[in-house]
Amino acid sequence: MIEVIGLNKSFNGRQILFDIDAQFVTGKPNLVIGASGSGKSVLFKCLVGLLIPESGEILYENRDFLSMPYDDKLKLRKQIGMLFQNNALFDSLTVEENVEFPLKMFSNMSSQERKHRVNECLGMVNLVNANQKFPAEISGGMKKRVGIARAIALNGKYLFCDEPNSGLDPLTSRVIDDLITQLTADLHMTTVVNSHDMKTVKDIGEHIIFIYQGKKWWEGSKTEIEEARLSNPELDAFFRASF
Amino acid sequence: MNFFTEIGQYFLFLRLTFRKPQKWSVFWRILLLEMYQIGIGSLAVVALIATFMGAVTTIQTANQLLTPSDMFPTQLIPKFVVGTVVSTSSILELAPTITCLVLAGKIGANIASEIGNKKISEQIDAYEVMGINSASFVALPKIVAGLIMIPSLIIVANFLLMYGGVLATKFTSALTYDDLILGARLVFHPEYVRIMLIKGFIFAFLITSLSAFQGYYTEGGALEVGEAGTRAVTRICVFILFFDLVIAQIFLGL
Repeated sequence: MIEVIGLNKSFNGRQILFDIDAQFVTGKPNLVIGASGSGKSVLFKCLVGLLIPESGEILYENRDFLSMPYDDKLKLRKQIGMLFQNNALFDSLTVEENVEFPLKMFSNMSSQERKHRVNECLGMVNLVNANQKFPAEISGGMKKRVGIARAIALNGKYLFCDEPNSGLDPLTSRVIDDLITQLTADLHMTTVVNSHDMKTVKDIGEHIIFIYQGKKWWEGSKTEIEEARLSNPELDAFFRASF
Repeated sequence: MNFFTEIGQYFLFLRLTFRKPQKWSVFWRILLLEMYQIGIGSLAVVALIATFMGAVTTIQTANQLLTPSDMFPTQLIPKFVVGTVVSTSSILELAPTITCLVLAGKIGANIASEIGNKKISEQIDAYEVMGINSASFVALPKIVAGLIMIPSLIIVANFLLMYGGVLATKFTSALTYDDLILGARLVFHPEYVRIMLIKGFIFAFLITSLSAFQGYYTEGGALEVGEAGTRAVTRICVFILFFDLVIAQIFLGL
């Protein structure tokens, strides 16, 4: 489980996140939703350590990520897989080499074992016959799958997905959403998904955190969101604007 | 960002860069690739420029020193002096400084744009999230490869500068091969080679580290990547010329 306590972050004196408290549970996707500029990407980057907040705590299994020594942070990060909005695939490496990269860096597997694991991960994301292709040669949906395969290659405990549906057609978006839900349950990971796609919310939103103007505005599940809209104009406006 | 902030950030970047590589086997493989790209990839342009520059320097020096003028109607300077001028200026200035100014454009812009592109496409963030020291991973192999290959290119350039001079003697009757070599031998001093190599190592470090630094802190899009490349080349050239002056003053100043 990941827990955030009293997180504050500002840039050049302008506060972006205000006292965020949140819990991200294990075994089902946790969605962080909100309009563009609401601060959800900043929260996301703070969670994975790409930004350092001014105050607050980020607890990974009750261990504060922010006050950890650098080497411990590196160790913890090996447990973190991330699917980036623009995929961030290494463009000079093939699909196979991209997925193999974290294994090469952090495992003592032989070349044969690595190849086996790569094929296993690519199989999990239903990507076949693309091993030798370069990122520039595959479609947006395939790139997302490669990104997910790379993120789970090391059998990490945490999966972060930043806008996993951006740039995808509705059908492929649903496939990627299903894949994230299935992998989260099968591999028993703590998954955090950053999204502003309400279809994603309705499909996989078991646990949702709505960020509005840098504050945690609402928290609940996809079954509760319809009812919450009635008493929450900001959530309702976001919800309606999404369709 | 003001000058002093950037200097501070540069040293912080170097502190991040000079850490033990995460995995030596991966580091060696990347290092070999970088050595190939920096060394073999630049060999043709360095060879071409050095050979032509050697030939032109010889012809022009011969013209300046050996042409009788109204003031000195007969030739007063012995011909071998052309060889002394060409060889000394090749070792001390043309081989290290001009070669590195050329390499600043070729290697510097390439490193800055490669790392800048990785930065804007979130590949650098991907390394960080994985638990890899991204600065060290992307910059250290390039810096080490530069420190090995650029001085080697300078040595090659030095030989080719003299070879260019030798070729030039074939096209002029004013100077012979023997004159050129005699002059070069007369003034050759091992200390000059040491100065050339010191310049080579310092310039190599400046080319690779400054360009990696500019690329690593790129923010924005394709336009900013281009700007980072241009900024890297400009700064490298300024610093090369500055350190050229400093080294000349320290080792050769009277």
